[in-house]
Amino acid sequence: MTRHMTRRTRMTTMTAGLAVLLLATGCGAADMTKQASPFAGAQGAKTVTLSVQSWVGAQSNVAVAQYLLQHKLGYRVDTVQVDEVPAWDALSQGRVDALLEDWGHPEQEKRYVQDKKTIAPAGGLGVTGHIGWYVPTYFAEQHPDVTDWRNLNKYASQLRTAESGGKGQLLDGSPSYVTNDKALVNNLKLNYQVVFAGSEAAQITQMRQFAKEKKPFLTYWYAPQWLFKKVPMTEVKLPAYKEGCDADAKKVACAYPHTPLQKYLNADFAKSGGKAARFLKKFKWTTEDQNEVALMIADQKLTPEEAAKKWVDGHASTWKAWLS
Amino acid sequence: MATATAAASHVGVPAFLRRRAVRKLALLALAAAVLVPLADARWASGTWPHALTVDLTEPLGRASDWIIDNRDSHPLFLYFFGYVSNAVVLAVRGVYLVLLAAGWAGVTAAAALVAWRVAGVRLAAGTAVAFLVCGLLGMWVPTMQTLALMVVAVLASVVLGALLGLAAGLSDRTHRALRPILDTMQVLPAFAYLLPVVLVFGIGVPAAVLATVVYAAPPMARLTALGLRDADGGVLEAVESLGATARQRLLTARLPLARKELLLGLNQTIMMALSMAVIASVIGAGGLGDRVYQALASVDVGAALAAGIPIVLLAVVLDRVTGAAGEGPGADGSRRAGWAYAAAAAVAVALAGRFTHRLDWPDAWTVHIAAPVNRVVDWMTDHLYSGVPYLGGTADWAGHFTTWVLDPLRDGLQWLPWWSVLLIVAALAWLIGTWRTALTAVLAMAAIGVLGVWKPSLDTLAQVLAAVAVTLVLGFATGVAAARSDRVERLLRPVLDVFQTMPQFVYLIPVVALFGVGRAPAVAAAVVYALPAVVRITTQGLRAVDPAALESARSLGATGGQQLRQVQLPLARPALLLAVNQGVVLVLAVVIIGGLVGGGALGYDVVFGLAQGDLATGLVAGAAIVCLGLMLDRVTQPTGRRAKKGA
Repeated sequence: MTRHMTRRTRMTTMTAGLAVLLLATGCGAADMTKQASPFAGAQGAKTVTLSVQSWVGAQSNVAVAQYLLQHKLGYRVDTVQVDEVPAWDALSQGRVDALLEDWGHPEQEKRYVQDKKTIAPAGGLGVTGHIGWYVPTYFAEQHPDVTDWRNLNKYASQLRTAESGGKGQLLDGSPSYVTNDKALVNNLKLNYQVVFAGSEAAQITQMRQFAKEKKPFLTYWYAPQWLFKKVPMTEVKLPAYKEGCDADAKKVACAYPHTPLQKYLNADFAKSGGKAARFLKKFKWTTEDQNEVALMIADQKLTPEEAAKKWVDGHASTWKAWLS
Repeated sequence: MATATAAASHVGVPAFLRRRAVRKLALLALAAAVLVPLADARWASGTWPHALTVDLTEPLGRASDWIIDNRDSHPLFLYFFGYVSNAVVLAVRGVYLVLLAAGWAGVTAAAALVAWRVAGVRLAAGTAVAFLVCGLLGMWVPTMQTLALMVVAVLASVVLGALLGLAAGLSDRTHRALRPILDTMQVLPAFAYLLPVVLVFGIGVPAAVLATVVYAAPPMARLTALGLRDADGGVLEAVESLGATARQRLLTARLPLARKELLLGLNQTIMMALSMAVIASVIGAGGLGDRVYQALASVDVGAALAAGIPIVLLAVVLDRVTGAAGEGPGADGSRRAGWAYAAAAAVAVALAGRFTHRLDWPDAWTVHIAAPVNRVVDWMTDHLYSGVPYLGGTADWAGHFTTWVLDPLRDGLQWLPWWSVLLIVAALAWLIGTWRTALTAVLAMAAIGVLGVWKPSLDTLAQVLAAVAVTLVLGFATGVAAARSDRVERLLRPVLDVFQTMPQFVYLIPVVALFGVGRAPAVAAAVVYALPAVVRITTQGLRAVDPAALESARSLGATGGQQLRQVQLPLARPALLLAVNQGVVLVLAVVIIGGLVGGGALGYDVVFGLAQGDLATGLVAGAAIVCLGLMLDRVTQPTGRRAKKGA
């Protein structure tokens, strides 16, 4: 009988606990736009939550921002790995405070920045991004004409793999990346099969394996990127980019544009984020800076924090301006 | 004598089955002879006819836009989902703050003392070591985040599962209605759930917790119902004769009698929640899973392993402790004092940590394992990828496997006329189960066609079949070896533990480094993941074979091989069938994640949907995975399992 009583007491405690929980959440409407991470601000620290995208360049931005926020401004920083499009969504809900490297998402920009005003632009990152098709430089040197798309069909048989069937393989990356490659292959009448590596990690691993054996390959890739230092690559010329030539996703037959990368903040955070928000708005560095950090993380296998520390120690003049 | 009758009845069963099988096939052939010409004339053969598909792109796109536009204003979100989301955030935050306040010493002490009370000194020591290793690897804070998430998700799953189980245990009608739902929930690969919850709750902890609850609640519900239904009739009658009310009967007799099942349910729920904690990192759950996922992005296997080991340790500790709780005796008065001492000791340690300002794990006490691990991985891939004398390299094997096995299998499946695929599915499911299982399987397969993803689904199916074949060959061989030698089994146990609980994401990069990008690495990862379950079930099944039967075979002069082939394997048939079924379900779960390493097909579409917020692509692929899982489960579901799980 006593056991039965304790069970009941436990049940009561649990119900009471739930009731307190509900009361604590407030009696009015629950606002889905104000949903910080439960791990934020623990132990009374001021917390900033940064979204990290899967490529190492984006990790480098975050590593340096995180290091400075923690060591110079006294914040606690939480990072969450999210792809770009979901990051926009998370930003609008306040789950993350900042997105430091956006490669251009006009649809999301219209929805969240202009219409709903839940996200505020925070200026450029200082880095210009460019997507293109690349072959390893050792292959381009042997066959200089491979760097023009018109000659690609000649090399299809050399670029064949088990996954590409009878055609040449065009290695594509993560599904989160902006790509027109399927349409391009089709519209430029190329005898190639787009093979999606499914993640950047898989794509890089495969490219390094090819490079180690000096095998030819053709890949979707982008700059700035640390891997160029390890596997030198030459861009394949596609029909020139003109404003609007990529408007219809099915009819694209031109190269990718050069995109100045942008930063975005949650609108509330931008207004009331204090020093952290001011700092993130001023954060602006060069492609070389980013590559330097990215190479330390991805190739020398330093932790992002160690890499950020090394860069910060050597570039005081650059980051001092962000703190003022 | 006893063995002779056992053998005789054993020979009798397949013959009887065979006769029934022929009848089923004949009936099916008859139905096909009538229906196929009709279908062929109306919609033609070959791939799934376009006329029979429904395009969901438009409505799903609209639904997604509606949710995003109304999420901040519509009452449904303001007064329901918003509360759910807030409650989850607050609960996780509460647990996390308590864990941080207890400090590393307090948490370790509390965990060790709980393990001591529940399972004895040895497990207590193991638990303490496990927690300290998490700290040593520099993963203390992420471990606490994962733990906070787990506590909330497991509590919610247990409450939900127990309520469902209670309803099913007390009412036959609810039980019948609930069983197919629970069956289905258990065969769904977790990856397919993520997108719908993300859409409603957004990226982050609430979505992760809810997806985990959906995944982890069914075993609790099932085992609660099982425990209540199996309660000893004699005891219940005795309690009733004492004039107890229905409520008293439940609380004083039925629930205590079901203790073992309830604890087993808790154990299963914890294990499933933990495996989901990592997959949920794809939708921003944070914690250890996120560390694994971030390490993957920079192709850093060592760092991924450093975050993966704490997950394995948590899983092993929680499994052993809850397992011991299930086997141990019930609580009694003398044990309560022990609990009080344990609680006091834990609080004392926590306070000591607090007053000496030792709450955070000291940075100096971390061991960096990433660099040496990466060197090992580099060496392996350098030396095995290609150019191994005589054998070729792993890249060549992967290429051959793709060209000689995966390609013909995929092309063959895609070449088959759509109605013949349905017929094959029907025949297989009916032969192994009832007409109901066959109907479910055929409907699930047809739904895939209707959704308009017939071709990619058959591509995924081909990968699953190839991976299952490899898994079964390796798994049965290892299982047989382990069943025949105690030493092999003892050696295998920790290896199997690690493979079973190590997050699948950790092996994705090594498999790419060894097998290149494509379907082959996806298959390899799936084999690694599914192998332990197959080995375990096979070993158990073979060991459970009646020793008398073996003894008599031995006395008749049968060699080891003969005993195995003619006595052990036939008698262990139900266990082997269960191994096949589990192998299939687990392989499917990982082949899907293979979308991240070039597996393509449905897995890629789900990842694409998540990455691009494209509900139409992601949700349709998710639904197709669910249907595929359901079909594969039904086609391989041994009839015995139903009776045994019974739930």
